Amino acid sequence: METLFFAFISLVAIVSAILVVGCRNPINSALALVMTFFCLATYYVMLDAPFMAAVQVMVYAGAIMVLIVFTIMLLNIRVNASKIATHKLVLGSAIGFFTLLNTIVIILKSRAALPNGPYSSTVIKQVGHTELIGREMFTNFLLPFEITSILLLVAIVGAVILAKKKI
Amino acid sequence: MDIVILGLPMMYYIAMVAKVLVAFVFVLLTVAYATYAERKIIGHMQVRLGPMRTGWHGLLQPIADGVKLFFKEEIVPSQASTFAFLVAPLIALIPAFITFAVIPFGGVIEVAGYKIPLQIAAYFDTTAGKVFDVNVGVLYILAMSSLGVYGIVLAGWASNSKYSLLGGLRASAQMISYELSAGLSIVAVFMLSGTLSMNEIVKLQSGLGGFEWYVFKQPLAFVMFFICSIAEINRTPFDLPEAETELVSGFCTEYSSMKYAMFFMAEYANMVTVCALTTTLFLGGWNGPLATTIPLLGPVYFVAKVYFLIFFCMWLRATVPRYRYDQLMHLGWKVFIPLALLNIVVTGIWNFIIQ
Repeated sequence: METLFFAFISLVAIVSAILVVGCRNPINSALALVMTFFCLATYYVMLDAPFMAAVQVMVYAGAIMVLIVFTIMLLNIRVNASKIATHKLVLGSAIGFFTLLNTIVIILKSRAALPNGPYSSTVIKQVGHTELIGREMFTNFLLPFEITSILLLVAIVGAVILAKKKI
Repeated sequence: MDIVILGLPMMYYIAMVAKVLVAFVFVLLTVAYATYAERKIIGHMQVRLGPMRTGWHGLLQPIADGVKLFFKEEIVPSQASTFAFLVAPLIALIPAFITFAVIPFGGVIEVAGYKIPLQIAAYFDTTAGKVFDVNVGVLYILAMSSLGVYGIVLAGWASNSKYSLLGGLRASAQMISYELSAGLSIVAVFMLSGTLSMNEIVKLQSGLGGFEWYVFKQPLAFVMFFICSIAEINRTPFDLPEAETELVSGFCTEYSSMKYAMFFMAEYANMVTVCALTTTLFLGGWNGPLATTIPLLGPVYFVAKVYFLIFFCMWLRATVPRYRYDQLMHLGWKVFIPLALLNIVVTGIWNFIIQ
């Protein structure tokens, strides 16, 4: 049952990922990308990571993609009628293929393939996924968390300076 | 009842389907009769009668409206982007309905020896002896409501009309801004509850005869969340994306027939969801006198509270005029977000002192 569901979601994910590149209309591409994000969220649910799934939909599908769609609408980008160049297609496919190969090799060789970490799915079910992420973030990973916050703050200040003529 | 399918008893599937049907029919009926109630209530507030002709005091009006919309001509503008134009009403409608999956509308009832929690995405674990539901219920609702914006934005863009595009742009800006302040304002509630599961949040509000409700502990968060939610679902006084007088209905100008009806249903279903969420987070959910001893009273209290909030929304519509666009943005970014952050800090300090 779960394998079947996984196969179905994967099919949807791959088809919509192809549509992202294949659609001529930028808005339709953006919609296909939203669909891909949704499939990723479903994977997170299947991996016993509901918090990640919710945040994935909320941040990527709900906020970032809305801004992208907003920009496309404001700039009024129309259907791109340029022809597809064959040499670019070949080059792109080759790069894509080798990246995929690289990823597979790394996953198979590294520790990521091993199922035994401190946070197995039984631990997650007992304590709760959100609680675990919160605890880790504010204890072991406090410094990276703070650095990310400062980075975001800098970005906000930069955006304000760019947008405002008089401060 | 010993038949087991895929490791779960037969009763589990029956209960699931029954719960989904009950919740779906409840939301659909509420949506249909909320349109009628809105016209009646606003009518009486403005010393009019509202619909009177169809049935006794116009009671059959929603059905007549539905039939009328169903038989109207489907028009797709010739310059529209057909796919996005057709899919937009669906994108608006579906998130509005599926949010109901995590809202608990009653306690645990027992049917033929099998315990059923009255919440769609939940099950009763007999070995652990408690209800398990979605660990991130509130986040799920926020995520789904953030998807609803696509329907409106796409409708505005795909219609290829100036008014629609303006409506769509206004909608996306407004919904993103208010999503932020709505999300921030309920963080304070989670700081008190320590959980994101809807079932746990309701359980935590059960004591002290109603004075454990989070509306008493977090009054500021309650007011902010309710106002932000109304803004997020584009209800009056924040209905700028539609704004009949300026934008001729905004994003749904070019829509007709059932596609228009879908936007209409989505708007009212969103209202029901927001009221249900506010009830769960702040008004104690299905809690009430005797609700734990007589489990069937739970849904009654829940529905009563939700209907009161829906009435409140309609009351607001009859009372308050529409905001101007810059006022709306000012309210969202410069009033609600700082207030919500302040509320979080104060709640944090309070929590620290109590510990």
